Amino acid sequence: MYAFDYQRPENRGAAVGGLGADGRYLAGGQSLIQAMKLRLSRSERLVDLSAMGDLKGIKVDGTTVTIGAMTTHAEVAASVEVKNAIPGLHELAAGIGDQMVRNMGTIGGSVANADPAACYPAALLGLGATVHTDHRTIAADVFFTGLYETALQPGELITAVSFPIPKYSAYIKYKQPASRFALVGIFLSHGAGGVRVAVTGAKSYVFRVTSMEAALTANFTAAAAKAVNVLTDGINGDMHGSPAYRAAMITVMTQRAVTAALAR
Amino acid sequence: MTDMSNPPVSPIGQSLLRREDQRFLTGVGQYTDDVVMPRQTFAVFLRSPYAHARIKSINLTAANAAPGVVQIFVGADLAEAKVGGLPCGWLIHSKDGTPMKEPAHPVLAQGKVRHVGDQVAMVVAESALEAKDACELIEVEYEELTPVIDITKADGFGSAVHDEVTDNVCYDWGHGDKAAVDAAFAVAHHVTRLDFANNRLIPNAMEPRAANAVYTRHDESYTLYVSNQNPHVERLLMCAFVLGLPESKVRVIAPDVGGGFGSKIFLYAEETAMVWASKKVGRPIKWTAERSESFLTDAHGRDHSSTAELAMDAQGNFLALRVKTIANMGAYLSTFASSVPTILYATLLAGQYKTPAIYAEVKAVFTNTAPVDAYRGAGRPEATYLVERIVETAAREMKMEPTALRRQNFITQFPYATPVGLTYDTGDFAAHLDKGMAIADVAGFPARKAASAAKGKLRGIGYSCYIEACGLAPSNIAGALGARAGLFEAGEVRVHPTGTVTVFTGSHSHGQGHETTFAQIVAAKLGIPVENIEIVHGDTGRVPFGMGTYGSRSLSVGGTAIVKAVDKIIAKGKKIAAHLLEAADTDIEFENGEFRVVGTDKKVPFGTVSLTAYVPHNYPLDKLEPGLNENAFYDPTNFTYPAGTHICEVEVDPETGKTTVCSFIAVDDFGNIINPMIVSGQVHGGIAQGLGQAMMEGCRYDVESGQLLTGSFMDYTMPRADDLPNFTVDHTVTPCTHNPLGVKGCGEAGAIGSPPAFINALTDALGVRDIAMPATAERVWRAANHIA
Repeated sequence: MYAFDYQRPENRGAAVGGLGADGRYLAGGQSLIQAMKLRLSRSERLVDLSAMGDLKGIKVDGTTVTIGAMTTHAEVAASVEVKNAIPGLHELAAGIGDQMVRNMGTIGGSVANADPAACYPAALLGLGATVHTDHRTIAADVFFTGLYETALQPGELITAVSFPIPKYSAYIKYKQPASRFALVGIFLSHGAGGVRVAVTGAKSYVFRVTSMEAALTANFTAAAAKAVNVLTDGINGDMHGSPAYRAAMITVMTQRAVTAALAR
Repeated sequence: MTDMSNPPVSPIGQSLLRREDQRFLTGVGQYTDDVVMPRQTFAVFLRSPYAHARIKSINLTAANAAPGVVQIFVGADLAEAKVGGLPCGWLIHSKDGTPMKEPAHPVLAQGKVRHVGDQVAMVVAESALEAKDACELIEVEYEELTPVIDITKADGFGSAVHDEVTDNVCYDWGHGDKAAVDAAFAVAHHVTRLDFANNRLIPNAMEPRAANAVYTRHDESYTLYVSNQNPHVERLLMCAFVLGLPESKVRVIAPDVGGGFGSKIFLYAEETAMVWASKKVGRPIKWTAERSESFLTDAHGRDHSSTAELAMDAQGNFLALRVKTIANMGAYLSTFASSVPTILYATLLAGQYKTPAIYAEVKAVFTNTAPVDAYRGAGRPEATYLVERIVETAAREMKMEPTALRRQNFITQFPYATPVGLTYDTGDFAAHLDKGMAIADVAGFPARKAASAAKGKLRGIGYSCYIEACGLAPSNIAGALGARAGLFEAGEVRVHPTGTVTVFTGSHSHGQGHETTFAQIVAAKLGIPVENIEIVHGDTGRVPFGMGTYGSRSLSVGGTAIVKAVDKIIAKGKKIAAHLLEAADTDIEFENGEFRVVGTDKKVPFGTVSLTAYVPHNYPLDKLEPGLNENAFYDPTNFTYPAGTHICEVEVDPETGKTTVCSFIAVDDFGNIINPMIVSGQVHGGIAQGLGQAMMEGCRYDVESGQLLTGSFMDYTMPRADDLPNFTVDHTVTPCTHNPLGVKGCGEAGAIGSPPAFINALTDALGVRDIAMPATAERVWRAANHIA
């Protein structure tokens, strides 16, 4: 780790103002600090957002779950309201990393980091969520733009993420055995916006499987999912899974997601 | 009311809780990194980013000017000071009689770097952070060379790891009777042949390697704190072979050590450079490896490519075994690297079977990868994997029950001289197979398989009947086989005036629980409470001598040395007691902590005798020295032979290839057992490591670039609790015939026996002939779905 300055402001103005040209927001630090310790990432200044109360909290109304950017995974996992409204989102939060990671990591940090194998991006895309920033709102469909890349402008601060409540939802994470990140993570939802199937871990960033969505729109059953042959174009291959294996697991895990979604 | 008619319960055989755990679990263990010296400096090593390159120039100008830098050392500095290279402790001769190639193993790179992570420079600075910053300012100009990575192509690859070893072959060794094997194959009814790899592993001790080197000017001595399994061996190798220092001026302390698994046996470059530099700098130098450095530079394990052929007659009697193995040495010969795929491997190829003729050829090659050396089991897991896979495969080809084929070929008469150089002193192989099969409910397997099939799952059962040679080693035999060191053990027992006891042992505990087990032995022998006994290890300044802990030798060799020292204490105590009781020495017996005149109630307690030894007012000073302090060296007369049966049952999800270990049963014969709880812990850990190797662990280098692809826990898959079932551990007992405790050793058995049990179960489930380790989900998925 290289030496850096550290600030922990309590209000938004001080946070945005304190960032400067070469600072970064610290929103839990479960990825950034690791990268800094390995000297893979260098920041002159970290602005820790953890003291900003207005970025925390969960609100659930009849149609939407809204989660403040600095809400931890553990808080989402502990929310009965989230569990009742969007069970898939609840199980996703409960399965991120380990308890220590969940106690520190936040939804805003995860979304802004856009790790290709992180769980939350699958929920955003799989539910058609909206990202709220200090400037604007951004639809999930256009938020994730590449490997660790998002539509955020420099210094732009995520304040919350809102999720429409679907009729059915499920998240199945098939884990890479070493890191236990998603080798293939499937977020499935079926609601007012139709069927969405979002995949994390299998390409350079989260994506939807339109062929799978079409099949499930026609027939929302595991058997319908099983019949879909996912193409390997753009699918990652590494020692933990070839493109063919990951593609096959997308089909298998989507079947299991459908079964799980229909079971509740 | 205490029933006084019951004799005290011997502590031997009791599951005493580990005395060391209080400090480990409450965070007050004293590890090397906890040692902080006055005027401490910190070292960071600049490491090669290339697998194979020539160093054209090193520019230290900017780094030397960096804040906090004390001094920077490169290979040229050590060459100028005539510091030698790191030695290899075992000499192997090739079939043609020529000695193995021993290219220089420089402490800091000289002219070339030979693996990613090879140390190029050592920066000593006021803080580790400043040393690291300065490291980044060192400018090294490299000329990249083609790396040699694939062991099956290393011989004659066209690029030489060491310029003077043009074919990359360290040795080409043969063992056994080739003519007898060839003759048996010529008349065989059936030959089973299998090609397989034994996958390369990265040790990953919980505590990374660390050292703190201190030079003391007033007496011109050195003290090295180091995370190590054998501090006396470390001192011997460093002093005699590299630095040319008298051992009397060097003290090596291995304090609490958080795991070794073999990887901390060896003399490494880092601590050697630090000891040498500590005098130049005139201040203590400390280094603690980062986990990334552990992955890159701890000596790795296994890494064989083998062909095995088993010849049988029509009834399935084994006639001969023929083995060809290529073993990876990595870039340099690590301390015991040459012995692992030879002496510790080919000598075990008889397994539990009376195969009359065995011949093995082992070619050891250099590659541009980290050095490979002993790792839990060291050669014996590789031998066991080969034997137990080929036997299981032979049974399938001969359409025989795998257990029946094994049983038919078991050695049943002891002592038994194998055709590969060992003499098994005792054992009862059918006993642990029978007990294992009963526990595993083998009879119920078909019903369980059907139940799995009904869920769309594939179920399999697999066996492993292993034997290993432990208790390293009879020094004369080891010497004849090329060892450059003795393999005895030393122990000292110091009885204090008030009757408390300090035991100094050359064995080293880095997870084994010696402070408990050894105290139980001494307590039982002397009839005093365990609490009155202190075990001291890991310090050449306090312990008379020692060869350390590896090869499951601590109890059988180190424990025996302690027993022999205690016997001397008791013998002297009898003489003192005889004087006090006015009887003849020969009439004194010692039991339950009391010296007694045989057949009388005249007795004197141990504490009175010890006090008399140090306050010798009423004492036979004309015949007997005062004091009660004895030491012993013990050199075993044979290896010990732990053996057992492991039975594994797995269930495969063919949709994903995910394999679940449903049950794992280990019935081991370790001879007598001192602390059953500690033995179970050792077995559990060993099985976890063995299943790790079989299911998920696998060190991978990029074949083109030589970059380590599994350089962190993000990609190197360590087994975790939820990957494993609850193990069932049980025992049969045939006591070792040649040590007084009747013990054999238990530290490595789990890692040795379990991989073939798992792969035999998995191939049974899948109905395939073979599957490579680690059997990753994708490999299993491909096998289950017949996808190439």
